[in-house]
Amino acid sequence: MALLELRDVTRRFGDFTAVDAVTLSIEAGEFFTLLGPSGCGKTTLLRMIAGFDVPDSGQILLDGQDIAGTPPEKRPIHTVFQSYALFPHMTVADNIAFPLKMSGKMPDEIKESVKKALEEVQLSRFSQRFPHELSGGQKQRVAFARGLINRPRLLLMDEPLGALDAKLREDMQRELIHLQKEVGITFIFVTHSQDEALALSQRIAVMNQGQIEQIGDPSVIYGSPANRFIADFIGKINLMEAHVTQISGQNMTLEIDKLGTTTLPFKPGIKTGDQGVVAIRPEQVGVHALASQAELTHAYTGKVLDFLYVGDVTTYIVELDCGIRMEALLANSSPGRARFFEVNDPVVVSWLPEAAHFLMD
Amino acid sequence: MNKLRLTRWLVSLPPTLFLLLFFAAPSLLMIVTSFRYPGEFGGLAPLSAPETATAEGDSGLYGMTLETYRFFFSDVLYAEIFLKSFAVATATTLICLAMAYPVAMLIAQSAKKYRNLMILLVVLPFASNFLIRIYAWMIILGPESAFSHFVNHLLQALGFGPVMLLFSPFAVIVGMVYVHLPFMILPLYTNLEKHDPVLLDAAQDLGANRWQRFWLVTWPQSLPGVFSGSALVFIPVLGMFAVPDILGGTGDILIGNLIKDQFLGTRDWPFGSTLSIMLMLAVLCVAGLSTLLARPRVSR
Repeated sequence: MALLELRDVTRRFGDFTAVDAVTLSIEAGEFFTLLGPSGCGKTTLLRMIAGFDVPDSGQILLDGQDIAGTPPEKRPIHTVFQSYALFPHMTVADNIAFPLKMSGKMPDEIKESVKKALEEVQLSRFSQRFPHELSGGQKQRVAFARGLINRPRLLLMDEPLGALDAKLREDMQRELIHLQKEVGITFIFVTHSQDEALALSQRIAVMNQGQIEQIGDPSVIYGSPANRFIADFIGKINLMEAHVTQISGQNMTLEIDKLGTTTLPFKPGIKTGDQGVVAIRPEQVGVHALASQAELTHAYTGKVLDFLYVGDVTTYIVELDCGIRMEALLANSSPGRARFFEVNDPVVVSWLPEAAHFLMD
Repeated sequence: MNKLRLTRWLVSLPPTLFLLLFFAAPSLLMIVTSFRYPGEFGGLAPLSAPETATAEGDSGLYGMTLETYRFFFSDVLYAEIFLKSFAVATATTLICLAMAYPVAMLIAQSAKKYRNLMILLVVLPFASNFLIRIYAWMIILGPESAFSHFVNHLLQALGFGPVMLLFSPFAVIVGMVYVHLPFMILPLYTNLEKHDPVLLDAAQDLGANRWQRFWLVTWPQSLPGVFSGSALVFIPVLGMFAVPDILGGTGDILIGNLIKDQFLGTRDWPFGSTLSIMLMLAVLCVAGLSTLLARPRVSR
């Protein structure tokens, strides 16, 4: 049985449907992420799981029991808030001890648990400090320690890394994965950052306009996006308008606007005449000097319009002869070479047939 | 740099002079006065005997003396009045706190657009004269008022004799609470309004019920507001003479009345000064204690 199950959960605010018939189940021990742009309903969904909001219809089941009537303080579910929400008038130790006090543990037991929790998050030296005396990363760790100390069934996190700078965020991501493995508690993580979702999660649910668009592990979400929204939202991608002209056995032939025909592996559910886009990730697009055209399939000539050098990789924007613009990501892996092409260099762009996906509108 | 310092001096000069002239100097005068003998018809006795023949009834007491302090400590009556004043001030403060806290919370939790209106309503009584409002209480608590009749009927039904509401310690405290309530509401509201509501969510999420959320999250964070509001009520109540004058009975004299009587009634300026100094010392002790307690454990 799934640890947490949502069945047709719907929440409306006036005319606006924030969460629209969401159904999903989360297994014990999972690191599950709700990913979506702001306003997609992910925070409302989280608040309903925590108990701060009640669905208009549908059920929320924890271990098979409907928890609709259970107030937040009675649910074995804790939340790490975006702003950390540490109690400013309590020391670090008192903050971490708070959930234990609420569940009526003995003082000796509390002291022992807090000591251990502080060691786990490497904050033993800071036990008597107040939250305002801590750095962002330290506050973050206190918030996690407080959320985990009395071993909830489920830990909800609402963009907890949003306030940290990039480098610290990466450290915290690693720490978070480590922490989750160690304590074995089920995490539900809410974020609008696709990098974070891909890096942390075992499974991701992509939300848009109150609905779940796709659920899958990170490589599926990134590699085989279910539709145009997901392809566009997760990472960078080249999208070219196209329609299906012919289906024959294992392959289908597409007419890409302006570019011409291409052949892709057949996907079930697609029929002749379907409109959609052909999607290709920039890192799957090759850029070559003009001379090498002969050996390549799916090769189109064009010229470099612009490039963006960010150190480890360079993004080239190539305008094909037909007018389509494509982004290609090349790793700067040869020592001593910062870039391969200059603006206005004539180049050949190519990709492998398997790299392209046809997504219906 | 020097110019900046000069500007600072110039800007702070007028208030400094004002305070020197109208606070420091009178305070010094009061201290000196407390060590003198009273004059025949108010004022002070001269420092040395006049060279001309003494007028009839001259007490013959001149110079500096500790007489007033000896007098203050020799009669237990004054200590009693001090104690009673402190009791009235404490009761007023606690009642104000209990009444103001829910109001301040309500305002702080209301939608932003209504808050200013509610604050306006809290301070609105100040628009009418203080004495008029106290005299109004005289009528409300008077023996012929509907309120008095109602209370006495209720008491009778419970088997108690009728009581006189006016001219009693009860009336004094009612008046004191009425006058000072806004001074408790305002600092409490200012404090409560700054609380981050997500902290209450966090407390609830971590297992705290309504009661625990209040006592463990809201109350400790509001302590600075509680202490400053208490100081704003306690200290003025201690020196207030108009309310006990109008609403209190003959036995309800507080320090304020006593001091007023020394200057305007018995015309014993030195003793009035002594009482003022003792009151000031007491207030300073309370204020110091309150600052110490209110010192934010969370410095922001």
